[in-house]
Amino acid sequence: MKKIKAVVLILIMAMSLTLLTGCGGKKSEGENGTLYVYCFGDYFDPELQQDFEEATGYKLIVDLFDTNEEMYPVVKNNTADYDVICASDYMIEKLLSEDLLAEINYDNVPNADNVMDNVKPFMEEFDPGMKHSLPHTWGTYGIMYNKTMVNGAIDSWNVLWDEQYKDQIVMPNSMREGYMIAAKKLGYSMNTTDEGELSAMTDALIEQKPLAYSFANDSAREIMIGDSAAMAVITSGEVIYSKEYNENLEFVIPKEGTEVWTDCWAIPKTAKNKEGAEAWINFMLSKEVAETNFEYLTYAIPNKEIADLIDEPVLNPPEDVLAKCETLRNLGSDVDAVYSKYWKKYKAD
Amino acid sequence: MSKKIFSGPFLLFIICGTIVPLGVITFYGITDRSGAFTLENITAITTGEHMEALLLALGLALISTVICLVIAFPLGLILKDSKLGKKGFMVFIFILPMWMNFLLRTMAWQVLLERNGIINQVLGLIGLPDLNIINTPTAVVLGMVYDYLPFMILPIYNALIKIDKNVIEAAYDLGAGYRQVLQKIIIPLSVPGIVSGVTMVFVPSLTTFAVSNMLGGGKVNLIGNIIEQEFTASSNWNLGAGLSLVMMIFIVISMAFIEKFDRNGEGNII
Repeated sequence: MKKIKAVVLILIMAMSLTLLTGCGGKKSEGENGTLYVYCFGDYFDPELQQDFEEATGYKLIVDLFDTNEEMYPVVKNNTADYDVICASDYMIEKLLSEDLLAEINYDNVPNADNVMDNVKPFMEEFDPGMKHSLPHTWGTYGIMYNKTMVNGAIDSWNVLWDEQYKDQIVMPNSMREGYMIAAKKLGYSMNTTDEGELSAMTDALIEQKPLAYSFANDSAREIMIGDSAAMAVITSGEVIYSKEYNENLEFVIPKEGTEVWTDCWAIPKTAKNKEGAEAWINFMLSKEVAETNFEYLTYAIPNKEIADLIDEPVLNPPEDVLAKCETLRNLGSDVDAVYSKYWKKYKAD
Repeated sequence: MSKKIFSGPFLLFIICGTIVPLGVITFYGITDRSGAFTLENITAITTGEHMEALLLALGLALISTVICLVIAFPLGLILKDSKLGKKGFMVFIFILPMWMNFLLRTMAWQVLLERNGIINQVLGLIGLPDLNIINTPTAVVLGMVYDYLPFMILPIYNALIKIDKNVIEAAYDLGAGYRQVLQKIIIPLSVPGIVSGVTMVFVPSLTTFAVSNMLGGGKVNLIGNIIEQEFTASSNWNLGAGLSLVMMIFIVISMAFIEKFDRNGEGNII
């Protein structure tokens, strides 16, 4: 009798376990199978999910993450089989260097022709030949400022070192973007691996630190919208949204150049549904979808077909501005550790 | 046999939820990226930036704990003596904020305290000077106190209402004044609750990174922020795990502290 009870209990436990694991597992399959997408949170119009399912017959399952660093171990350790992922430039390079990405079959992605030419040189840097990734969104870092709170023209990173804006500046709370600013001010490459330059950049940042109101990434635009600071280093993707809520805000790409970032779609080597993944990328690159996403996200989408639609000039910078820009490169964990050491020194100072 | 089987789920929980993660953290903490044994991640706590962040975290956690205690103990006494017959409701009011996610509550403080935030707008309207504490350690302490105060109130209140009224009355009968009753009866008998409350405020305050990130504006760099940074932006899990192990020492110390005072477990919330 006792044995039966034990068996029943074990069965119940096993059932509850399968129930638990079942939550993240497969639901009903689409006619052509299921496609697993791993993407930044809120990074495409959710209504597109149904459109895609109807157009292709795949059942779509989307999982979300906040940062590249959160996504990386999941893809690396293959803890979940994703067919297509979204990742930033340097992370694509890192995944590529570890041979984790599959080559895209361009025959299945005819809409790849829609990719704007001016984004390609930047993509070539981290993904030579663009064999493994295609762009979803792109943008630059620049200074967002409040017209009513600044004197004179804002056109250089040096303004962040201007004493008159003490306690009025929101700096980015992320290591590589912080160093990007110092590198551009001092005329270095933002991907420098020279420790002397790194040390000089840290000194420049430490000199700037007393002028900072706060260090913020996502909340920077709210601080600007609320008139709590005169300027913030922010990505161009936030410009349309911020201007809508506060008409005094302006955005400038400093004359020394800046970082161009690209968030891309890529297919992990472990993908079970590579054709579905290519169908997804192709879908995302189509004119209608790019248009929907641009209106939803207000981030620039490097798609030729909708270039006219983007009427905010900073979202589509001219050639001479782009010529001074760089893309963030993956420097390897040893160099990252050195950066991290200096960054902590800066944060502790 | 049949009773033992019911402990199965708990055993499973302890193994999966405590022992395995602890093992993994320890493994990461005492190895480097290549997997070779090293103690560098642990001794890294002694380097300048890490030590500074640890001391700052200890200081702010201590201040928050003292403030919580100073607020919670008299409050516990008031609740205990209240004749309203609605003690349950009063306690309910104090734990009500806990029903909301603590990140949301902290974010609310950010909106309130921002330079041009709601508090300063109201102050401006009635002609008072601005309150400029956002992005300073003061704001972080405020956030910690607000977030963790219920964890101090509940155990203290629980310990206080368990004190036998007859003991207090007997003391008054024998000629003790209120001060003496407080010093010799109420405080000693509520020690388990105080110790439990202190631990429950001190430990999360010591390890927090969310509060210091949001209310410190990235300017208040606590040891929790450094560990978080190592796990996320720097992708150096080994150093992050090593520093976390050091933090665990502080947790173990406070656990030993609780064990010493709170043998009967009287201060537990439940």
